[in-house]
Amino acid sequence: MCIREIKESVIEFFIKISGFIIILFVFLIFLFLLNDAVLLFKDFPLKEFIFGKRWLPISNPPHFGIVPLLLGSLYVTFFATIICVPVGIASALFIAEIAPKFLRNILKSFIEILASIPSVVLGFVGIVWLGPFLKDTLKLNTGMCGLTGSFLLALMALPTIISISEDAIISVPKSFKEAAFGLGATRWQTLWRVVLPSASSGIIAAIMLGIGRVIGETMVVMMVTGNAPLVPKSILQPLRTLTATIAGEMGEAISGSEHYFALFAVGLVLFIITFIINFLSVILLSRSKK
Amino acid sequence: MEFFPKIETRNLNLYYGSFSALKNINIKIPPKEITAIIGPSGCGKSTLLRCFNRMNDLIENVKITGEVIIDNKNIFDKNVNLLNLRRNVGMVFQRPNVFDASVYYNLTFGIKIHRLMRNKNKINDAIQMSLEGVGLWNDLKDKLKKNARYLPLEQQQRLCIARVIILNPKIILLDEPCSTLDPIATLKIEELLKKLKEDYTIIIVTHNMQQAARISGWSGFMLLGELIEFNRTKIIFTNPTDSRTEDYITGRFG
Repeated sequence: MCIREIKESVIEFFIKISGFIIILFVFLIFLFLLNDAVLLFKDFPLKEFIFGKRWLPISNPPHFGIVPLLLGSLYVTFFATIICVPVGIASALFIAEIAPKFLRNILKSFIEILASIPSVVLGFVGIVWLGPFLKDTLKLNTGMCGLTGSFLLALMALPTIISISEDAIISVPKSFKEAAFGLGATRWQTLWRVVLPSASSGIIAAIMLGIGRVIGETMVVMMVTGNAPLVPKSILQPLRTLTATIAGEMGEAISGSEHYFALFAVGLVLFIITFIINFLSVILLSRSKK
Repeated sequence: MEFFPKIETRNLNLYYGSFSALKNINIKIPPKEITAIIGPSGCGKSTLLRCFNRMNDLIENVKITGEVIIDNKNIFDKNVNLLNLRRNVGMVFQRPNVFDASVYYNLTFGIKIHRLMRNKNKINDAIQMSLEGVGLWNDLKDKLKKNARYLPLEQQQRLCIARVIILNPKIILLDEPCSTLDPIATLKIEELLKKLKEDYTIIIVTHNMQQAARISGWSGFMLLGELIEFNRTKIIFTNPTDSRTEDYITGRFG
């Protein structure tokens, strides 16, 4: 075997290993979470963890009901998605199809800047401005509520949604648009009936990635949602998400305690949720490709 | 000329920026005939074709002077309804450009955007008529839900033609419609065009001189943005007046 062939096989081996390592890491993280999470259920019933409506980790006896946290995460994610999906797709359409070139470049660089703003800074904006503003305009008891978090999370998900949707829209073949115009379609009809459907798989992927971003985000929600581990009755109340719970309580939980394991269980739930979202997006993508 | 022209251009000039792509074109297209526009690449034949349904409007930096008269009206007039024009002057492109959607969606697209009919039965009748018109009904009547991009290329191109004729146009423009098809599929499309000329005025741009000779009644030869010669295809191919036409059709260049 000559040196060149050895080189080739080394490179091939390295590339293969890199691919497998990703799978290995995901699997290890899952095992790691599972390993500590199951320890909770030696003393604390699984049923009460899943259906319990009270999260009181330092009361006596402690309650580790995940329902308020889960609902908190779902509420915030749901409203953030409702806000950012239409706005995101509309601006992607504008940037890809309507805006003149100079405006397109300006908008794209602003979106990049938006993406690079640290979440702590957005949290500040929420505390100092958006929270009080919502409190005054909606006459709330406190501005530190789910809606404030949803707005900021929507802002954080926007760059992801816009840039991936824009890619999808731009890659719609020009010939489709020509066909539509040739049949006498207006610009709007062409966008709505031809461009958007053809880009739908990419747009769905963009939305899913945006949702993934939203559900995993920690700092902003910890700063602005009020962190009350109560079952939220509406998005206008203070609530607390899964992520904020882990981040907020991990420091004070004694290593090896029930509380400590409960936080791992919360992490496991978060892991499973993101896994499901990814799984759904893969299914949706493959379905829309048919 | 012994016909009343369906399309007539008067001193038509077109510029891409400062480049003069069409130079003083005067052509009279006969009704219910196949007219072929031939010439080497870049001679402006597609550009001319795209003037007839104003597809050039989509390109930036295009300037057009002169007139294109269809049914006694200059289509560049301000009060012309561009969308109706494109409905009446349908276009079929080089590559089959069916939408990434079902056969049904492709066919009903024009009906929906022009709000031609609502009644489902009428729509289904129109679909059947148009598919029968292009000889696809037997192949596709059970596959209307199927994604059109998965059909064979020849069927896709037929579907593109069906998508146009479902709107009842007067004129069909075809821009090298067979360039991506194999010879057998090409012959089938040509047969179809011969049949369609009974109802429609057809203009076809083609690279393929044999194709022009086989199907067209009239031919125009273009070179560097000029219309060199326009006459009955028989005359163009047997006894052209201009030496450049003769050079081209005898294969001395192009």
